[in-house]
Amino acid sequence: MTPVENSKAEKRSGRWWHFFLLLLPYIALMCVPFYARYRPSLWGFPFFYWYQFLWVPLTALLIGWVYWMSR
Amino acid sequence: MWAGLNWTATAVFIFFLTLVTVVGLFAGRWRKGDLGQIEEWGLAGRRFGTIVTWFLVGGDFYTAYTLIAVPALVYGAGAIGFFALPFSTIVYPFVYAVMPRLWRVSRRHNYVTLSDFIHGRYGSHWLALAVAVTGIVATIPYIALQLVGIQVSIAALGFHGSTWTSDVPLIIAFLILVGYDYTSGLRGPASISFVKAVMIYVVVLVAVIWIPIKLGGYDHIFHIVSQSIASRPHKVPVILPPAQYLPFATLALGSALGVFLYPHLITSILSSSSGKVIRRNAVMLPAFTFLLGLVALLGYVAIAAGIQVTRADDVIPAMFQRFFPPWFAGFCFAAIAVGALVPAAIMSIACANLFTRNIYRQYVKKDITRRQESAIAKIFSLLVKLCALAFVLFGNPTYAINLQLLGGIWILQTLPAAVFGLFTRWFHRGALFTGWLLGMTVGTAMAWSQGLRTAVYPLSIGGIKIPAYAAIDALVINLVVAVALTPVLNAMHVDAGTDETSPGDYVTEPEDAARPGMVAVPASASGDAS
Repeated sequence: MTPVENSKAEKRSGRWWHFFLLLLPYIALMCVPFYARYRPSLWGFPFFYWYQFLWVPLTALLIGWVYWMSR
Repeated sequence: MWAGLNWTATAVFIFFLTLVTVVGLFAGRWRKGDLGQIEEWGLAGRRFGTIVTWFLVGGDFYTAYTLIAVPALVYGAGAIGFFALPFSTIVYPFVYAVMPRLWRVSRRHNYVTLSDFIHGRYGSHWLALAVAVTGIVATIPYIALQLVGIQVSIAALGFHGSTWTSDVPLIIAFLILVGYDYTSGLRGPASISFVKAVMIYVVVLVAVIWIPIKLGGYDHIFHIVSQSIASRPHKVPVILPPAQYLPFATLALGSALGVFLYPHLITSILSSSSGKVIRRNAVMLPAFTFLLGLVALLGYVAIAAGIQVTRADDVIPAMFQRFFPPWFAGFCFAAIAVGALVPAAIMSIACANLFTRNIYRQYVKKDITRRQESAIAKIFSLLVKLCALAFVLFGNPTYAINLQLLGGIWILQTLPAAVFGLFTRWFHRGALFTGWLLGMTVGTAMAWSQGLRTAVYPLSIGGIKIPAYAAIDALVINLVVAVALTPVLNAMHVDAGTDETSPGDYVTEPEDAARPGMVAVPASASGDAS
């Protein structure tokens, strides 16, 4: 494989990896049965709520990571 | 009408409304451009950097009505109301992946609206018209709901009564909106969005910390809410019951995929200065989502505080009145009113852009000049607002709520043409149009069959119940038709239209090439300096 092809393939696999990272919040938040429960609760918040809140900064971090890597 | 008026709260309210009026009216001078051009009036010259865009999109997405309706839904229905939180989380990967492409191709071809892009991409003015009309019709009730938000906050100050004089404050707020929209264009709401963000942040942070402390903490609040007590007629589920898993997930997904196709959000996206600005904002905007989640919690706080209201929309104002001193309650109501003015202004500007570019220019006067475009847009933006005001003053507010519910279903039906169009030219324009038409019909029929009370349709296939957001059901039909019909139309050699865009337009950031009527600005000054 020539270096050019190599970097091309790398770029393509990078793109799929990014696509997967951007898809993670959808997977995590569409699996409703997984988080529609009371325990474990955190600081008085049932799991259902703190799990959803947790995914707000996580999503921002994932998008930020993808942005950083593809600049 | 003056009896029962809270003077302290009203004085604070008037102070802040005056402040934003002055800011809004002078905003036209900010990064001055020729407001006689539609790109300047309606897109502020595509010059907003990362920070301004953050405030603008934030002020546009998280509307005042959202701040009233989301806790009201949680108060009335419990856990399902929290779909707003995953919805406004998963919307951002979508924005990151899709919107920079739309920005780049629009910048390259001077598109002002989504329909401009559809027209350029598919060479079909019918498909462009379909998207434009869907956008306008979905947005007008949304503007009306912002006015309802202002009405609720004014009523909370103590303006009551059945005479026409009780509508005077709303009409004054309406005139403020008309004034700064007309004179400053998109720069008006953009400058006010700073004030809005600061005010809303203060209100929400104080409310979610101060009130729960007085009530004994969140542990206690969730405990009270999950118990049924005699004094509370309805018990709401704190944890989502299995029957609501699918409605919850589809409401979140359908709203997330559809919301950025609303004209007002497209407008604030296109007014940014680069695709990079949009990508950065996809990272930064979830900060507002966190705030929305906190606002949703206020629905439970209200239950725990034993707030009783006849209309769910009054829950939040009633709670502010109960717990806050008058001056801070006045500040809170002003925040809601200012919070309504920002999206209402952008919505009517966006509708005006669509009408001027894709209806008036296309079907009434083809050789329209840029200056005439701007004049027509200003007039139509006024008409749109009057229409929304008439809704609120003469119609039943439930009409606006019902129509807004339908609007969410309708707007998602433009997704195949708009979003797929940004990535592929595989689809035939005729197939996309037919899909849109069927999606609109089916989605409307589904919501209608539920008496427009809910957007969740209890679909049942072969005895298996699939209760889901009607927008998603309609989108599936829309897609199936578009996919099935494309090869058929191609085989029949039906004209697929000419595509004026090229693949490079979607991926390369156009540097500051000459813009019409504007002096080229050095990249360092026009980019992300703000």
